[in-house]
Amino acid sequence: MSKFLKVLAATSVLASPVLAEGKLGLGREALPEEVAAWDIDVRPGGMGLPEGRGDAFNGEEVFAEKCASCHGDFAEGVDNWPVLAGGFDTLADKDPVKTVGSYWPYLSTVWDYVNRSMPFGAAQTLTNDEVYAIVAYILYSNDLVDDDFELSHENFAEFEMYNQAGFVIDDRADTEYPMWRTEPCMENCKDIVEITMHASVLDVTPDEEGEAEGAAVSEEAAEEAVEVPVQEAALDPELVKTGEKVFKKCKACHQVGEGAKNRVGPMLNGIFGREFASIDGFKYSKVFIAAAEEGRIWDDGTMAEFLSQPRKYMKGTKMSFAGLKKDSDVDAVIAYLKSVDG
Amino acid sequence: MSDELKHTSRRAFLKGGAAVMAGSVAGAATAQSADPLITEVQDWASFTGDGVDATPYGLPIEHEADVIRRNVPWLTADPISSINFTPIHALDGTITPQGCAFERHHSGAIELRKDDYRLMINGLVDRPLVFSYEDLERFPRENRVHFCECAANTGMEWAGAQLNGVQFTHGMIHNMEYSGVPLRALLEEAGLDTAGDLADKWVYVEGADASSNGRSIPMEKALDDCLVAFKANGEALRKEHGYPVRLVVPGWEGNLWVKWLRRIEVMDGPVESREETSKYTDVLADGVARKWTWVMDAKSVITSPSPQSPIKHGNGALVISGLAWSGHGRITRVDVSKDGGMTWETARLGSTQGDSKALTRFYLDTEWNGEDWLLQARAMDETGYVQPTKDQLREVRGENSIYHNNCIQTWHLKSNGEAENVEVS
Repeated sequence: MSKFLKVLAATSVLASPVLAEGKLGLGREALPEEVAAWDIDVRPGGMGLPEGRGDAFNGEEVFAEKCASCHGDFAEGVDNWPVLAGGFDTLADKDPVKTVGSYWPYLSTVWDYVNRSMPFGAAQTLTNDEVYAIVAYILYSNDLVDDDFELSHENFAEFEMYNQAGFVIDDRADTEYPMWRTEPCMENCKDIVEITMHASVLDVTPDEEGEAEGAAVSEEAAEEAVEVPVQEAALDPELVKTGEKVFKKCKACHQVGEGAKNRVGPMLNGIFGREFASIDGFKYSKVFIAAAEEGRIWDDGTMAEFLSQPRKYMKGTKMSFAGLKKDSDVDAVIAYLKSVDG
Repeated sequence: MSDELKHTSRRAFLKGGAAVMAGSVAGAATAQSADPLITEVQDWASFTGDGVDATPYGLPIEHEADVIRRNVPWLTADPISSINFTPIHALDGTITPQGCAFERHHSGAIELRKDDYRLMINGLVDRPLVFSYEDLERFPRENRVHFCECAANTGMEWAGAQLNGVQFTHGMIHNMEYSGVPLRALLEEAGLDTAGDLADKWVYVEGADASSNGRSIPMEKALDDCLVAFKANGEALRKEHGYPVRLVVPGWEGNLWVKWLRRIEVMDGPVESREETSKYTDVLADGVARKWTWVMDAKSVITSPSPQSPIKHGNGALVISGLAWSGHGRITRVDVSKDGGMTWETARLGSTQGDSKALTRFYLDTEWNGEDWLLQARAMDETGYVQPTKDQLREVRGENSIYHNNCIQTWHLKSNGEAENVEVS
């Protein structure tokens, strides 16, 4: 038990009696299946783990499909996305590399987080075995296990993380507060004061002027866009609206509209009538580059096929999205994408 | 002329600053010629304005369009899992309007209707319960003002002065009046007999969004002053702050203030979730990390003048203004230095002083005549804690803690009225 709790337990709040039965009679009893659906946390030692298993070898495949677009094939992290592997013994360096291997104290945290929050934009879609396999692969990518290592609910508790002993409970009350709970100096506190560093030297502050002007430009652009006569058959505004909602499923990785940039996926402005894999600066999967070489073009047909079954239509795509089940959603997203074409 | 006046901004000031300054002198100025804004009948004094139905829910007038949250794009991989900053340089008083209060999402701000809202309490309780939104509004409720500060506020400044604006250095904070139900009341409704001795028990709180951000909180704190809040500043929480229900954990780091709160589990130990192990732990110089560093220590900053809020009015009377807060309780005193910490004078606390674990406004009513100043503020709280300098903090923690940087901030105020984020010896 922490010192914090010991100290406070002796005092006020816990000492006052907690109200007994009776109360207000609000709420209803949670059903066991409801508790089971939401109570999925996994604690150190594996408490709360469901049964299952997966090895690093299979985990590599799942990871490549569902995780690598952000975290890299070797868990090395793409762009600003988290690095999951390596960085051992760097925690005292000038720039520590805090990864699952080098920093995370409990394996249960990895399982719990992958299971509840990943993949980004498609949380809670992994099977238990897939989570075990991914966690096993992350350990493998950290050189902590061999590629035939199988992780399961049975051997989970045996695994001790590299940095488990690397944490202390908040000790500010001992190490800092006594020093700083003193009467402050008011006069002659220093002999000399010199500026030792200027923020302007680094020059990493976002430019307010640029932002303000950017906003003005986009308003104008939006007005212009409204005035441009629609060349094709007019889009159904209701369908566009529905499409915008459905597109939320895509937004974690794709941007569209004014100022859209490549993210995990390429930006989608002007996609219709364009060749596959034609956005500069985006690293496409091999299958997309091959399609571009064949001269394939995005149109209603190709887009509908891709959106319905991405991994069937473009086998080997890095896109982890499973596809839109309803044809009406596919049509809606197509309408939406057309509506925001710059 | 009126058009030009309308658009007077920091930008215009910076460009034409010298001219403006030359025109002003200390003391009462003398007009060269009659001011047409006074001598001529202006449009707004002659024609009618908007009717009552022009804005059923009003936004700030367009001339305040630069008082907005801003993002630092290079900080994070994607705006869906990121943070933005409150424009504290442009606000006064203590209450942060919801519309410009900073946001931090791990999987984006979700749309959750009250009708679809459920709150579950399970674990070591006598009766696991599910509450609807309406149920929550039937518990006796309280109103309390508290600051919510991200543990990473000022986190980019550990190694040196980096971001040139108080919005960016200190803007991961907001302060609102919350209406809600004490967490204690909900726990008592579910019954805590099953939990036995409460001293070593915890509650795990979790959100309904795709990140399902979850944190473990000692039972002591849960029963003390945590609030399950559904209104802020008198109106429903904004979507980006957890509509319809968020947790308020007074004085403790913002990550614990779980938004879209959907589940509370009473436990006999912490979950050691991702957000309380790999994140929100403070790496010290020797590589060992502190965990469970929940409390936000006393801190203050001058919001004006500051890099985004330069002095535009020339010499003479000047109000130095800023904010102070402490996760340990009330702010009792704020001192201001103009010479980088050699000498200090005590500032005047604003009218809302006395709120515990809430922002306190301070003012130093002074005079400035184009001097070069190194402006600092230093807060003291009711425990006698004095806000440390950056060097004092670094001596204990090194430069890699990221979180809980409550150091004294220095602005270099220059003779032209502009200010810059600097570090001093």
